[in-house]
Amino acid sequence: MIVMIKKLLTKNEFFVALVIIGLCLLIGSINPVFFTVGNLFDLVRNSVVMGIFSLGVLIVIISGGIDVSFTAVAAFSMFVTAKILVPFNYQGSILLPFAMSATIGILLGLLNAVFISRFKLPTMIVTLGTQSVIRGFMLAFIGAMEITNLPPAMIAFSRSALVTVQQGRFKYGLHSSIIILAVLALLVWFILRKTMLGRGIYALGGDQAAAERAGFNVRAIQFFIYAFVGFLAGVGGIVHSSLVRTARPFDLVGSELSVIAAVVLGGARITGGRGSVIGALLGVVLIVIMNTSLILLGVSSFWQRVVLGLLILAGTGIPAYQAKRRAKAA
Amino acid sequence: MTEQNSKTKNVWVDFRRILPADNNLKWLLIITVLVFITMSALRPNLFFSFDNFSSMAFQFPEFGLLAMAMMLTMLTGGIDLSVVGVANLSGILAALILTRVMPVEASATQVVLYSMLAIGTSLVTGLVCGLTNGFLIATIGIPPILATLGTMEFFTGIAIVITRGAAVFGFPELITFMGNGSLWIFPIPLLLFTAAALIFAVVLNRTAYGNQLYLMGTNPTAARYSGLNNTRLLLRTYMLSGLLAAVSGLVILARTNSAKADYGSSYTLQAILIAVLGGVNPAGGFGKVMGLVLAILTLQFLSSGFSMLRFSNFVKEFIWGAVLLLVMVINYVSNTRRQRREAQKQAAISVSKPTGMI
Repeated sequence: MIVMIKKLLTKNEFFVALVIIGLCLLIGSINPVFFTVGNLFDLVRNSVVMGIFSLGVLIVIISGGIDVSFTAVAAFSMFVTAKILVPFNYQGSILLPFAMSATIGILLGLLNAVFISRFKLPTMIVTLGTQSVIRGFMLAFIGAMEITNLPPAMIAFSRSALVTVQQGRFKYGLHSSIIILAVLALLVWFILRKTMLGRGIYALGGDQAAAERAGFNVRAIQFFIYAFVGFLAGVGGIVHSSLVRTARPFDLVGSELSVIAAVVLGGARITGGRGSVIGALLGVVLIVIMNTSLILLGVSSFWQRVVLGLLILAGTGIPAYQAKRRAKAA
Repeated sequence: MTEQNSKTKNVWVDFRRILPADNNLKWLLIITVLVFITMSALRPNLFFSFDNFSSMAFQFPEFGLLAMAMMLTMLTGGIDLSVVGVANLSGILAALILTRVMPVEASATQVVLYSMLAIGTSLVTGLVCGLTNGFLIATIGIPPILATLGTMEFFTGIAIVITRGAAVFGFPELITFMGNGSLWIFPIPLLLFTAAALIFAVVLNRTAYGNQLYLMGTNPTAARYSGLNNTRLLLRTYMLSGLLAAVSGLVILARTNSAKADYGSSYTLQAILIAVLGGVNPAGGFGKVMGLVLAILTLQFLSSGFSMLRFSNFVKEFIWGAVLLLVMVINYVSNTRRQRREAQKQAAISVSKPTGMI
């Protein structure tokens, strides 16, 4: 029992959870509106898309890379899906938009994979390039006007709720997209912890050369990673456009930093080899709480970027400094 | 083999002395000239005109200086994603001095004094921001990508808080002249950029610091064991990068007569593109100022040319990304081919060497 508690204390994720609880208590004491069902359900609604993206970013970071193009992939996939389905007056189920968007996402992810795996180019710069290519292509050649008459399936999805709570005149619903997040989180957890592919991803992040020599097919693993990120981006894109009930091509891009910050705060090491699904999701919760609750605290939203920057620096600085101290002592 | 070389050498010797010796630089020069010729051919009246040259000469110093800042950090194997944030923040602080602190009815000498104060503040801001970056990267140990990602948000955020997101504008003529005026036919920003590039080249090639920089970028561990103080080198490098970013911010301020927290959002990618195009190896250790300058010119020719061809900003964004990827692929392919040829040469030599008789 003591051993279990000790083990728990060393985990980064535990501290993030503590920070979240502390933050909730702090905000709640200043402004009790925080603890209302409406606010909490709202927090969930705001976290789902970022949560889905964070799963993809988690895998990339564990493998030692960085991907900043996933928001562009998400925007592209959802916009193209909407562009195709709306003129055909699509009346069918929500599954087709998801499938289409996911497929487009996978294809775009493979584009990243080719440059990173086949040509062995640095991941950060490649994804900076593909972000520009994808976004520029979409806005230049596909369209820059938002699409507001989405297929009824997506509108219905945006109204669907798992649980509804009646408070006075208002009805609050826990949005059903949380199921999608839960399923995907479970899938990613399974891949990372229970499959050889997952071991390979961790190994790749630890040391690429060593992983190759140990027999892992690094090329194939990289192709999987970036295609999978594309898949998640496609799914996240559709969830997002359903939630806001529009397909806006300018959306999503610009938030990639928050997602990376969330994943890193949750304990994933930027150099690779460490990270967990729980940590990533906790990081997302922390960032979302920070972003949305600044207003509840009476802090102007102008401070958002400052706070985000400080969070990134704290979240990466503390483990980095600890690692340095440990290395010096050794 | 040497006999054949001496025969052909006599024919080509003069030609070779003019072209840059480095293979990559040679290609870059060819590309720059080609782009210039193509754009001139496509829009002869618009592109190949003094007005256009003048306008281009006013535009490129901004991102040229940012590219220099980026190159410095990339030489160490790192990167500085916060250059635009530093430029904006230092520009805004200078702008605030010129608009809020300086009295409205200021005499000529007062204008000069306050301008110098503003410029000084901006440069100091750049140094401090750079020092912050260097501290986080060298002392704390955060990887440069993440550290500068975080500081970019932080610096931009501070700039937003100070200005509430609005632009600061309305500067004295002295300042706007520096951004829009010319000495004879040379725009002042161009002169500034040329001076900076020359100093930059001297620092990189002729000083101990520059030498140490290349050494550290190639192999940090070996550099440390050779007695170099990596931490101090990195601190200096990022401080210089911050300084150059602040100068760029001043140029933007002078040219556009305004300062805003979110200017130049596309400049970060362009700066990286220029650095990579100019031959800087993102892993560190390689890159020449000449290459950077040629890359800056190429990008400016493309940018102006595209505007004349009525390409939208989105198309430009697409092309910058595509060019970045293309250039990196070409570099990779040519490097692997060169390595293979070297390996084959080594293998051929070791086979042809007679065993035992040297």
